[in-house]
Amino acid sequence: MSLARIAHPKKASLPVPAESEIASFLDELGVSPDSNLIGVLQQVQDRFGFLPAEALRRIGRRMRIPLSRIYGVVSFYAQFYTTPRGKHTIRCCRGTACHVKGAGRVLDAVQRELGIGEGETTPDLQFYLESVACLGTCFLAPVMMIDNLYFGELGPQRVQSVLRSYRAKQA
Amino acid sequence: MKRLETIQDLAALGRALARGARPARTIRVCSTGCRALGALEVCDALDGEVSRRGLADRVRVARVGCHGLCAGAVAMVIHPQGIFYQGVTAADVPEIVEQTVLAGKVVKRLCWSSGGRTVSRQKNIPFYKHQMRRVLAGCGVVDPKSLEDAVAHGAYAQAARVLAGMKPDAVIEEVSRSGLRGRGGAGFPTGRKWQLARQARGEPKYIICNADEGDPGAFMDRAVLEGDPHLVIEGMLIGAFATEASRGVIYVRAEYPIAIEHAEIALAQAREAGLLGRNILGTGLNLDIEIRKGAGAFVCGEETALIASVEGKRGMPRPRPPFPAQAGLYGKPTNINNVETWANVPRIIQLGAAEFARVGTEGSKGTKIFALAGKVRNTGLVEVPMGVTLREIIYDIGGGIPRGRKFKGAQMGGPSGGCVPARYLDLPIDYDSVREVGAIMGSGGLIVMDEATCMVDIARFFTDFCQKESCGKCVPCRVGTRRMLEILERITRGEGKPEDVGLLETLGEMVREASLCGLGQTAPSPVLSTLRHFGDEYEAHIVDRRCPAKECRGLFRYAIEAEKCKACGICKKNCPADAITGAKKVAHVIDQARCTLCGTCFDKCPVDAILKV
Repeated sequence: MSLARIAHPKKASLPVPAESEIASFLDELGVSPDSNLIGVLQQVQDRFGFLPAEALRRIGRRMRIPLSRIYGVVSFYAQFYTTPRGKHTIRCCRGTACHVKGAGRVLDAVQRELGIGEGETTPDLQFYLESVACLGTCFLAPVMMIDNLYFGELGPQRVQSVLRSYRAKQA
Repeated sequence: MKRLETIQDLAALGRALARGARPARTIRVCSTGCRALGALEVCDALDGEVSRRGLADRVRVARVGCHGLCAGAVAMVIHPQGIFYQGVTAADVPEIVEQTVLAGKVVKRLCWSSGGRTVSRQKNIPFYKHQMRRVLAGCGVVDPKSLEDAVAHGAYAQAARVLAGMKPDAVIEEVSRSGLRGRGGAGFPTGRKWQLARQARGEPKYIICNADEGDPGAFMDRAVLEGDPHLVIEGMLIGAFATEASRGVIYVRAEYPIAIEHAEIALAQAREAGLLGRNILGTGLNLDIEIRKGAGAFVCGEETALIASVEGKRGMPRPRPPFPAQAGLYGKPTNINNVETWANVPRIIQLGAAEFARVGTEGSKGTKIFALAGKVRNTGLVEVPMGVTLREIIYDIGGGIPRGRKFKGAQMGGPSGGCVPARYLDLPIDYDSVREVGAIMGSGGLIVMDEATCMVDIARFFTDFCQKESCGKCVPCRVGTRRMLEILERITRGEGKPEDVGLLETLGEMVREASLCGLGQTAPSPVLSTLRHFGDEYEAHIVDRRCPAKECRGLFRYAIEAEKCKACGICKKNCPADAITGAKKVAHVIDQARCTLCGTCFDKCPVDAILKV
């Protein structure tokens, strides 16, 4: 995997953190060959909103792991991303219970309202959309989560009103 | 909290807590699952109301875990009477305090009701009456963020008993005699697993709690970890003692932020109290437990993949043997059990193996938690003795199918399981009987499906899931599931070929036989079980190009029945595609060219004039 793809995200736009900022955060975490790679990646992503290429390079050097292996881990897990995401992450549940109760229509409605597909960010960087296997809130099916808030028993109409209320808040 | 130095200290703490002043009323609000519908706002409103009326010393508002009847969110139970309220909002709070807490009267509109019958006591609601809540006993009762509250409800007493007077072999013997089998899916006897870990040589030994509950439709591990985390830790303590492990890991999926938070709090409290760490309760046992968060990979529920993930690697399974008991985490002996299995352990010690095994069937002992969801009235968590029938779970406890529809089948065991058709409603459910009809008990996800659910689409759905989650290491799973998915997509689009059914069977058998791990070996199950039980639906899609359940897009369309249409305009107003035309007193019509088949009109029509044809 060429680093160019990590370094130049297609929908780039959030400021990429400065090298010094990355270095001092890794100092803070005390990243060393004894660290747990996945734990470090999670903390770095929590801090910067995504995994900057520079951070991956530095983690590799500090942990003495080849960058190729780190990229292997990053690309294996659904929750790691190497490009910036929108301010709000929308997770549409595609679990079984949601599926039989119309999750497909909820996802359609979100896509129609925001004009983006799964794995994409709106041009104004407000929303990032993904679908997830199950949010474990099957009794609320169909469900979506915006950041850490759950919205249950959704239909296309309610999706529209929820998303518009987020838009209104930002305006 | 003060460190407990000895087993006597723990017992003394338990006694002191039992003697302590108890408020006259306790309002227990589900603050976990119900959070999605505003439980925290209800709790805050209760706190405000209680302090405004100066009731703080008489009334306790407890933020507890899941009560189980998730369909009734936000749910609360008022003790000591045990009054169950559902669908509570912050606006109901003043009335609840005024009427129930102060005057002892029941607010009827918040009670469970069915067919004109209102039931106020939790224990009398049919949903609870038919259950046996052993593992879930503390869920919805104890405050999951309070070690004191947990101890007051008996937490760690069984671990103390074990540490005080039992030998590791005796503990394993007890677990073996109880007949406990792994609740995560495969149903391997827990006692034997522990025995293997105990016999293995290597230092240190590890125990792992598998909380990577990835099966879509299962949420019992989430509820147990969120609602009663000390029960899981106690189970792990007992397991560590029996297998002589000194290090523990709880591997939780990152999609469960509340479970992670509560487990972290509980671990910190246990450490501070000397229930974890070095020389636990002065018995010489050393155990610390840390949390590892998953990063979004279903395959990590498989034990060898989970171990790879804990080690910070790609979560890919490896062939067994060697089994984790011999060479697991960092190559050391490792015992992995899932959340529900660990949570059963203190109950075995408490009840004794014989009493524990008194309920259940020949090969499956004890109780099992099912996550009841889909087309059923009382969605939620249900704990029943092994061997009850699907009918009891779905009708007596679950309240049956809403909208007067007919039960078609239940999907059991998630993507690794299969669909059990209606003719097996009276089959006693245990590990072996479910396997015989082509599904598995799995972790206990139970998705109810009615006549409006297309079984071919369900098979496509699960194959899509397994395909996306395949780690890619072995060819049968990586490529085989892909080919199966393509065939299923073709069928649900109405482009199926007559030879597709045979092709699916051949491919399915091949993927099942040749895949490396449980994910691949079970991935064809939903397809093979629906082929077996619902072959006519495949035929309808392939031969007649129609979807009998009217779910597969393109194989049906929406139309308005002119005689029924009241021209109210609701469908027209709600149509996101502006595909409906009509005027006052004129029956509405759907423009098929513009219709996106979103189904909004179908849901919104107050007179059911919209048909799927």
